[in-house]
Amino acid sequence: MEEINALLHGFSVALTPVNLGLMFVGVTLGIIIGVLPGLGGANGIAILLPLTFTMQPTSAIIMLSCIYWGALFGGAITSVLFNIPGEPWSVATTFDGYPMAQQGRAGEALTAAFTSSFVGALVAVVMITFLAPLVAKFALKFGPPEFFSVYFLTFCSFIGMGKGQAFKTLAAMMLGFALAAVGMDTVTGQLRLNFGWHELLRGFDFLVAVIGLFGIGEILLSMEEGLSFSGNNAKINFKVVVETWRKLPRYWMTSIRSCVIGCWMGITPGGATPASFMSYGVAKRLSPQGSKFGTGQLEGVIAPETAAHAAGTSALLPMLALGIPGSPTAAVLLGGLLIWGLQPGPLLFIEKKDFVWGLIASMYLGNLAGLIIVLTCVPLFAAILRIPFSIIAPIIVVICAIGAFTVHNAMLDIWFMMMFGVMGYVFKKLDYPMAPMVLALVLGDRAEDSFRQSMLISQGSMDVFFSNGLVGTIMGLSLMLLFWPLISKLMALCGRRG
Amino acid sequence: MFLSWPFFMSKLRSDDSAAVTNRTMEIVVSATLLVIGLVVAWDSWRLGARWAEDGPESGYFPFYVGMIIAVSGGTILWQALRGMTPNGRGTFVERGQLRLVLSVLVPAIVYVIAIQAFGIYLASAVYIAGFMAWLGHYSWLKSVTLGVATSAAVFMLFEVWFQVSLFKGSLYNPLAVFGY
Repeated sequence: MEEINALLHGFSVALTPVNLGLMFVGVTLGIIIGVLPGLGGANGIAILLPLTFTMQPTSAIIMLSCIYWGALFGGAITSVLFNIPGEPWSVATTFDGYPMAQQGRAGEALTAAFTSSFVGALVAVVMITFLAPLVAKFALKFGPPEFFSVYFLTFCSFIGMGKGQAFKTLAAMMLGFALAAVGMDTVTGQLRLNFGWHELLRGFDFLVAVIGLFGIGEILLSMEEGLSFSGNNAKINFKVVVETWRKLPRYWMTSIRSCVIGCWMGITPGGATPASFMSYGVAKRLSPQGSKFGTGQLEGVIAPETAAHAAGTSALLPMLALGIPGSPTAAVLLGGLLIWGLQPGPLLFIEKKDFVWGLIASMYLGNLAGLIIVLTCVPLFAAILRIPFSIIAPIIVVICAIGAFTVHNAMLDIWFMMMFGVMGYVFKKLDYPMAPMVLALVLGDRAEDSFRQSMLISQGSMDVFFSNGLVGTIMGLSLMLLFWPLISKLMALCGRRG
Repeated sequence: MFLSWPFFMSKLRSDDSAAVTNRTMEIVVSATLLVIGLVVAWDSWRLGARWAEDGPESGYFPFYVGMIIAVSGGTILWQALRGMTPNGRGTFVERGQLRLVLSVLVPAIVYVIAIQAFGIYLASAVYIAGFMAWLGHYSWLKSVTLGVATSAAVFMLFEVWFQVSLFKGSLYNPLAVFGY
């Protein structure tokens, strides 16, 4: 009941004319960002972050999180109409969404995509409403060893659940840690890894890395594809919407399954992209129409979209409750909290009730606003993609450069952005995962601090990480995930012999 | 007007022989990682990666981070050299694709050099106009109009409304005459 009261209070915070206006601005900007190649949730928010420095934190986070919802919606538009995933998490939506559009059922596919996105997000927000305060309350008892163990779990789960080569995940993640270590050591004040270069004192800001990796890197990748847009026309009218809505309840089982997959992958930092693929795969295997998947099945649109939104939304749970983001976009929002002078973590729920519950309430409202906007304005957003790439590309590069500069008012950051851009392009092509690198860059200092504090408590003994049931369990689980690639190989080997 | 762009793309893309194979690129990247890891570990060791009286030294954590980068990079390098890379013979980038990528990357780098010299506003206007005219085959009038309009919009948004000062150039500030 306590949560309901808090939530109602949150609605009173979020429902001011200014915040409602920002919500619509945010969602619209988000959809545009989601539709454009090279701009996505993470770097779109990173670029707009400096413009919110002077805003009220609550209004700022409402706008930025709404950009995120918008970007999640926007990815589906390009997937269905143009067979171009605007965002990585909408790749799986192209499998059945685009064939549907080719058969002239674009309206149906889009309605299904938007509605299931909304359902996925709604389930995740309800979960956040009731679970986040509990997790935060629990986490108040955490000391440095417990926090380090949670960081450790976060990073190990990338290795254990990552699809590609484990060593690449490890290398990318550690590179993130190394980049985070550059600059002033917060504990001793010594300069690390700057090789006498004074401008490196500030270190590498992850916002610059995000803008380069996802922005410039993505532009280079889209360029390679040659991007010849041959899109289908979208017509969504009220009749199509109602007819599709009537069909949707048939797939309730797929929806529930996708929500569970999405929420799970969002909280453990699997992220929206693997969640959408996994959900599509499971739906294909379990559905009676499984063999027809890929030819334009409604279910094949519902499954990935529900999971992607559920994952994208629930990635905010660990960020709010523990101060540990579950995705690069959540990491950027976390960076925003720090800039606005808020310390993310369990104390936020006690000290900044207005902020936390205002944000949670805005998640309900923002997603509703998003659903309304996308259902009514699809043709408008689809038209953006018809603007030739030779106009869009330089403008996006300019926006990225400005975004990188405004993070610290540093020209050097624009150079770093270009460097990260090339790196993003190469890493993407060689399957080095970027999410663990970005998260390591964000969390590196804090993970190190909690590690060093734990070491100080224990006089340098690693036993502290197994000193009580809680921290021991989390560490044990992490180690299991860390060695999961090895364990699963061994199990397969034993299975073959036996 | 709209037709010229896809035509240009198809012309550039026509060469689909491999410029670089996956294996070569894999070797280059993993060797770089190996070197970076060793440098990080070496610098951390220099700083002190041991256990001092008052706890771990500054280089303690980065030292191990560097070592893990080196080991992971070394392992990937070894796998690539032994030909164990999945799809190692595959194409990393085709010649035509590389040309397309460079046609975006090179102007972007020139753009950043121009920002360094003349600030964001002038560089952005010239970059957008040049890109549109050169790669998109738009008329100079259209290209310059859009380039200048974008820069002006950015100027209004940042310098006037949000009062955020953007980089004005280290060589020559063309906006100095206007008092910015």
